[in-house]
Amino acid sequence: MTQPASPARPVTEKSAPADGDPGPWRSLAARVDVRTLSLLGVLAALVVIGGVTEPEAFLDTDNLQLILTQASVIGVVTVGMTFVIISGGIDLSVGAIVALASVWATTVATQDYGFAGILFTAVVVGLGCGLVNGLLIAYGGMVPFIATLAMLASGRGLALEITDGKTQMVTVDGVLKLGERDSYVLGIPPLVLVFAAVTAVGWLLLNRTTFGRRSVAVGGNAEAARLAGIDVRRQRLYLYLLSGLCCGIAAFLLIILAGSGQNTNGNLYELDAIAAAIIGGTLLSGGRGTITGSVLGVLIFTTITNIFALNNLETAVQQIAKGAIIVAAVLVQRRSATT
Amino acid sequence: MPEFTSRRGLLFGAAAVSAGAVLTGCTSNESKDSEGDTSGDNKQAVADDKPGKRVTIGFAGPQADHGWLNAINDNAKSRAKKYKDVTLEATEGSNDTAAQIGQVETLINKKVDVLVILPADGKALTQVGLKAMRAGIPVVNLDRIFASAQAYRCWIGGDNYGMGLNAGHYIGEKLKDKKNAKVVELAGLDNLELTKQRTKGFDDALKNYSNIEKVARQAAEFTVESGQSKMSQLLQAQKNFDALWNHDDDQGVGALRAIKQAGRDDFMMVGGAGALSAFEEIKQDRGVLKATVLYPPTMAASAIDLARALGQGKGIGGMAEFEIPASLTLYSAVVDKDNVDQYMPTGFK
Repeated sequence: MTQPASPARPVTEKSAPADGDPGPWRSLAARVDVRTLSLLGVLAALVVIGGVTEPEAFLDTDNLQLILTQASVIGVVTVGMTFVIISGGIDLSVGAIVALASVWATTVATQDYGFAGILFTAVVVGLGCGLVNGLLIAYGGMVPFIATLAMLASGRGLALEITDGKTQMVTVDGVLKLGERDSYVLGIPPLVLVFAAVTAVGWLLLNRTTFGRRSVAVGGNAEAARLAGIDVRRQRLYLYLLSGLCCGIAAFLLIILAGSGQNTNGNLYELDAIAAAIIGGTLLSGGRGTITGSVLGVLIFTTITNIFALNNLETAVQQIAKGAIIVAAVLVQRRSATT
Repeated sequence: MPEFTSRRGLLFGAAAVSAGAVLTGCTSNESKDSEGDTSGDNKQAVADDKPGKRVTIGFAGPQADHGWLNAINDNAKSRAKKYKDVTLEATEGSNDTAAQIGQVETLINKKVDVLVILPADGKALTQVGLKAMRAGIPVVNLDRIFASAQAYRCWIGGDNYGMGLNAGHYIGEKLKDKKNAKVVELAGLDNLELTKQRTKGFDDALKNYSNIEKVARQAAEFTVESGQSKMSQLLQAQKNFDALWNHDDDQGVGALRAIKQAGRDDFMMVGGAGALSAFEEIKQDRGVLKATVLYPPTMAASAIDLARALGQGKGIGGMAEFEIPASLTLYSAVVDKDNVDQYMPTGFK
């Protein structure tokens, strides 16, 4: 990992932030557009495949709602993950944080406080885990891979400890209702609205704020960013907090979706989120990535799963095909990005 | 593959299950029905209820990371507590093969009288089972079977094939007068042998009903989340079917959620395993879930009984033999509205 040397605080802190940024950023933006287009092409191809193989079940509004709903939980996690990867880090603990937040927010004690209690707990647990990750990495000098791996282990352990392996059913009507048809706004499920909002905020944050430019700068070259006056440590802390926050929100969405909290929630989310971000064109080594790409990556995955299920394919076939499609998507993308 | 289906095994199994039913009833009101049943069938099995020779039973199970395994631990512990002459040495559950082997070896070194082992992986723990038997410690192998019959004195466990069979027959009987009936299957983790066995049983049962066709099968992962996800896709794919069999009540929580979210109520659903939430849903009879097929966690309580009998050198009641059987396959009863009260106390959370 590209961990910075951690000597004393930068002397040049007062100089203008993100000074050398706009130049490389603009030239990156042009290339990213091509990548996004190729992703849309992959998605369009999938829609054609779905439409041809299962025209009735695939091409219908119910199915569109279904795909977007299934994408929303992992989608929110992926937005946070994208920021972390852009900054040169990695967050392996996202699945565990989602699990921990979702079980903590559905204990009998929390449910006594109703809707607000569940939402508050999910978000605060997410933020808390993000804070620990951020402190360990930014100020404790731990490698992100190890720090978040540790969080993965203890987060899952604590989730198991809280639930005792039991499924915690949600009894708060307000929460349950949000997952059902009556709460759709103009045909759009509330979960999808949250996903859209998180995506929009993530996009603005990355493309229109100093926070976004600093994240890219830290991932591109942490030492250069430090010399340019960016407080790299604080930026890293904020990024893991952001990822934790996204996990907290995702946990709340998952509680709505599943009507329960279980310590097995968020299984392998870390891999799904990383894969979606990478397919979306985010560099695993940091310094480059887009929210649009990541969200398209999530949608591609969810659509693949949907098409497989509608065609009633066996699990084994699904897994083989999924692997092949990931490779194909990346290759198509790389080719269109270089030409 | 363990397909031990001796009639005696079944009879004893049924008796043991209902005995366990009463025992685990500490959290709920005991129904008069089950109490009546058990005392009738099981009088001899509990005839040596009065304290006998002291027995130390070592218990090693996997990590209780979901409802059913948790219920296994609870059943074993509460059953052991019931007997004044039994000391239970339970290890911290582990899913790691090496760790579990270490735990069993520790129990062997402690010279416990009898071992009850639910292996995280049956094949991988065969060697340590053999080691215990050679050291003169009889092993009661619980559910996940060792690769060699020499590694245990007695095997007791559930019947995955029978689970599918009974689910298929229950659905078949309900739909037998319906022309061109369609059935959908929501399976569990597909890379487990037990999932294949359940599906095979289900398919074999459905073959008896020529009017029924299985139109779709998808595999979830025994989790609520995967159940919700796979079920919602299945509902989208199949706009029209008559019955659904879901392998596992834990993932069934998610499946029921998906069914509610899709606003569907045009079919009947049968579950699997026997979770309390499923029993309650069946009892209330307000949704699609009409029945569930048991994979009883009370088998752990029965395993303790068997271990105690082994330790005291006794047989079990209700049978002519002096020795306890070498293997016992439990019956996967179908629980529906008519008999749910009886099973309610055995439901796990």
